[in-house]
Amino acid sequence: MRATGGRPAEAALKPPARMRAGSELGRRLKRNKLLYVMVLPGILYFLIFKYAPMYGLVISFQDFKPYKGIAGSDWVGFKHFERLFTEPDFLQILSNTLILFGMNLLFFFPVPIILALMLNEVRLSLFKRTVQTLIYIPHFMSWVIIASIGYVMLTMDGGIVNELIAYFGFEKINFLLSPEWFRPMYILQVIWREAGWGTIIYMAAIASIDLEQYEAARMDGAGRLRQIWHITLPAIRGVIIVLLILKIGDVLELGFEHVYLLLNSMNRDVAEIIDTYVYTAGLKQQQFSYSAAIGFFKSFIGLALVMLANRLARKMGEDGVY
Amino acid sequence: MIEDRTFGGRLFSAFNYTLLAAIALISFLPFVHVIAGSFTTSAELAANKFVLIPKVWSTDAYRFIFSTNTIFRAMTVSVLVTLVGTLFSMLISSMMAYGLSRRDLDGRKTIMFGVVFTMLFNGGLIPTFLVVKELRLIDTYAALILPIAISAFNLIILKNFFQNIPEGLEESAKIDGCNDFGIFFRIVLPLSMPVLATISLFYAVTYWNTYLNAILYLDSSDKWPFQVLLRQIVVLASGIEYSSSLDAAVPPPDQTVKMAVIVVATLPILLVYPLLQKHFAKGALLGSIKG
Repeated sequence: MRATGGRPAEAALKPPARMRAGSELGRRLKRNKLLYVMVLPGILYFLIFKYAPMYGLVISFQDFKPYKGIAGSDWVGFKHFERLFTEPDFLQILSNTLILFGMNLLFFFPVPIILALMLNEVRLSLFKRTVQTLIYIPHFMSWVIIASIGYVMLTMDGGIVNELIAYFGFEKINFLLSPEWFRPMYILQVIWREAGWGTIIYMAAIASIDLEQYEAARMDGAGRLRQIWHITLPAIRGVIIVLLILKIGDVLELGFEHVYLLLNSMNRDVAEIIDTYVYTAGLKQQQFSYSAAIGFFKSFIGLALVMLANRLARKMGEDGVY
Repeated sequence: MIEDRTFGGRLFSAFNYTLLAAIALISFLPFVHVIAGSFTTSAELAANKFVLIPKVWSTDAYRFIFSTNTIFRAMTVSVLVTLVGTLFSMLISSMMAYGLSRRDLDGRKTIMFGVVFTMLFNGGLIPTFLVVKELRLIDTYAALILPIAISAFNLIILKNFFQNIPEGLEESAKIDGCNDFGIFFRIVLPLSMPVLATISLFYAVTYWNTYLNAILYLDSSDKWPFQVLLRQIVVLASGIEYSSSLDAAVPPPDQTVKMAVIVVATLPILLVYPLLQKHFAKGALLGSIKG
């Protein structure tokens, strides 16, 4: 909020400097008065809940004490950032985060593309619609519901998955508590919730492909797989790249809720990621400045990666995101 | 396209249909299992674990969870937050989107940049928490609504939609003496019902699913929305993390009860799902067009 303090003053200074332009602007402001009234609550929202927190990142250069406020807290320069890179804990957490991100890219990202290609090959529209209806549903369920269903199905005492394992004569697996099973469990739940929904954008891109291309390919004797490889995939290349860029920007944005819900004292070594650590260190242990520094680091890396990925895409002759 | 009648084509189709059917089933069966499990007795669930259709029907689990008012209270909180939040979000989002869709609004490019930038960079959890705290919103229901009142994504969808409404309509209304408020409420909004329905549903789902903000900003457990309660019941009962927030004297609920609570949380979404489905695909695509 304090960050915006400079704005009204600036606006007030402008008109006298350029009288004519100013009065012209004034007239337009007056004519569209109601439009500004309509936009105002929204602008206030963004200033208060999005930009004030960005300004609040300055506390990562302070030893912030809530009772002293930002103005009264001591400045400590890069102390917290130095701590970040020397703390073994943090390196562990960073690597956990990167591994989950890598798995996301490797195991989740291609799934909606493959599903969309498969759906596109379906001719029976009733079948297609039914499949779509069923695979979109999990997207609308909260992570709490997804994780809860996971708990109920995977638990050692009476969970259907372990009962099946026992039924086939194998030993039950403690999915919920074992560090080895955390990552597969995480990625499977991500796929379950988001893969179906993710197909929508690819389906739309596929729908705009000219059907004559397939006709021509068939004349040349190309089978279904070759048509997919030579026509469908190249046609949706642009969309794939744009979504990949956005995904890379989300590199450290793995979703606090989901991981937090799966996290417990037994799998903490692999399951603690930046977001959950910020929550614990910041709010539970009141290390506001240190955890704000971690958050800052995360947001900054995200922004830098989007810009980098975007530039790469442009170099490769694609549109990019912005 | 004509069906491919070669042997390879048929083999491909057979494989494709089978695999897709399997995927659709796998993604839906967990819900069926949980719903079925919630409507049977613990004994039946223990004896016959693979239920998809219960042999013995029972509403014991539901009677148990509705025997105290904890569930009702959490349900009421969630319903109210969803209703009030969705209305509030729709009001300020659509007004802002309409303003931004009008070419004669000075500074609209700057404002749009400001909006899009928040999608790429954010202050993060701690600074946002401090803002909410500074505004004295901690432990109020407003903390579940205000910090997420506008989604930049939804705003862009609305703005793109409003932009496509022919300007002539607005011009003629203006000549008839309508001001901008009148144009917005009497002409633009009635023309935008499909997109308003889509975005309302998006917001409603977000508010109904609120979990993070509830655990961040609410201190007292009697204010908990349903999702937080659900998590407490399921996780506590799995014996993984013991939470002091629930009464330690109460024995952990069994599988059927957990399933019943999950169903209660899931049901409202499954009920509006047909509505959602009618609009959302279009909505999701509109948003992907560059703002």
